[in-house]
Amino acid sequence: MSGGRPATGARRGGGNATSSRRDFLRGAGAFTVTLAAGVTLMAYGETPAAARQPGEPVTSKQRWGLLIDVSRCGDGCTACVTACAEENGWKQGGNPLTDAQWIRKVTIRNPKNGVTRSAPVMCQHCADPPCVDVCPTGASFKRADGIVLVDKHTCIGCRYCMLACPYKARSFVHEPLQDQKPYAPRGKGTVESCTMCVHRVDTGRIPACVEACSATGNGAMLFGDLNDPGSEISKRVAQYPTSQIRADLGLDPGVRYRNL
Amino acid sequence: MKSRIVIILLLSTVVIFWLEAAPARAVESGLPKTGTIGAVAPSTGEAKICTAELRQMSRSGKPPLTAGVNVPRPPKGKGEVCVADTDYMRRFHMDLLAHQRDDTVREGIRTKRFSLKECIACHVVNGPDAQPVTYDNPNHFCRVCHDYTGVKIRCFECHASRPPLGLRSTLPPQGGDAKALARYLKDVEQ
Repeated sequence: MSGGRPATGARRGGGNATSSRRDFLRGAGAFTVTLAAGVTLMAYGETPAAARQPGEPVTSKQRWGLLIDVSRCGDGCTACVTACAEENGWKQGGNPLTDAQWIRKVTIRNPKNGVTRSAPVMCQHCADPPCVDVCPTGASFKRADGIVLVDKHTCIGCRYCMLACPYKARSFVHEPLQDQKPYAPRGKGTVESCTMCVHRVDTGRIPACVEACSATGNGAMLFGDLNDPGSEISKRVAQYPTSQIRADLGLDPGVRYRNL
Repeated sequence: MKSRIVIILLLSTVVIFWLEAAPARAVESGLPKTGTIGAVAPSTGEAKICTAELRQMSRSGKPPLTAGVNVPRPPKGKGEVCVADTDYMRRFHMDLLAHQRDDTVREGIRTKRFSLKECIACHVVNGPDAQPVTYDNPNHFCRVCHDYTGVKIRCFECHASRPPLGLRSTLPPQGGDAKALARYLKDVEQ
């Protein structure tokens, strides 16, 4: 592991966490080719991702997604993690065992040839999210535009979703908080995860991690509408082989990786 | 004869339900009509009787019922007008907030008019250090009434109870120029 937080393994089930994560990421690589063939993009006629008025609800015309080019992701770079923490106010520095973690840098290494790859992993915004299936209160839900969120008004903090998520993408807030970001409320006793910067997306901006990544010059992250065949992300997904982590689970994540 | 009684009973039930649902309809139609609500909502009707009694008592020279009681006097917001009449807000602010909250979280509707964020930005109370106070302070706008009525709210376990540093002056200060206010009102109406 590099970047991110070395304490992750300790927090989430002892020393095995690191090796198991490596295994599951490596497993994903094998599915690259199958996936590239299996990726289907639904095209809704000629309607591009039109700008939505603030009073209009989201629709399933869009499906927001991310494409992460792992070969361009800097090894020690944590710009996306820092930007996310700053934007959503989950800055680390409290208790490393209980701090929230919406996005982390994961480094994988092939023991046979020593090749390493580093990539950010966050909520993968599945089309069939298991966190939504298991939620007993309906707090965990998928928005019409494919963004998976927690409605903290109904979340009771049971953490079933954290167990169900194969990406370990969700965190639980253990401490009382104050002075949260007005657009990203978060509080003790609720579960939270990457929101794909839903407050930004709703106002026509791109997620903070993508913005930070392009600011570093790496340009490893791309945000866009997977339903719009004319969007840059759709074009690239159609052009190059991309993979989804643990594609074998059939969850169809909205976050795709290239050169993993 | 019996069937007539049944019909009358049914009709009265319908009317009662209609009256009960009045606030919800007002929220859905977007524009809260205080006058109408005040006339039909049973609870507001009681409040009116109460006010009338108080007036009569003050005319008759008796001390008002509230004498010796610390009736809450919530501080005024920074803007010149609220998003709805004070009476309406007093009675139905929770409905407006809950309605907006579901729209925002579930459907991504981010209009400003009934947004908690805007309430917080406008109804700022400064502490002795000239910084906005949080909900921990008994002078916080929401606490002034909620402490009095003994209604515990959990909004601020997740939401910030004061505007962040960068956003502490989103509204024109009190007595600001009319053009700025007009711009703001146009903005909140979207």
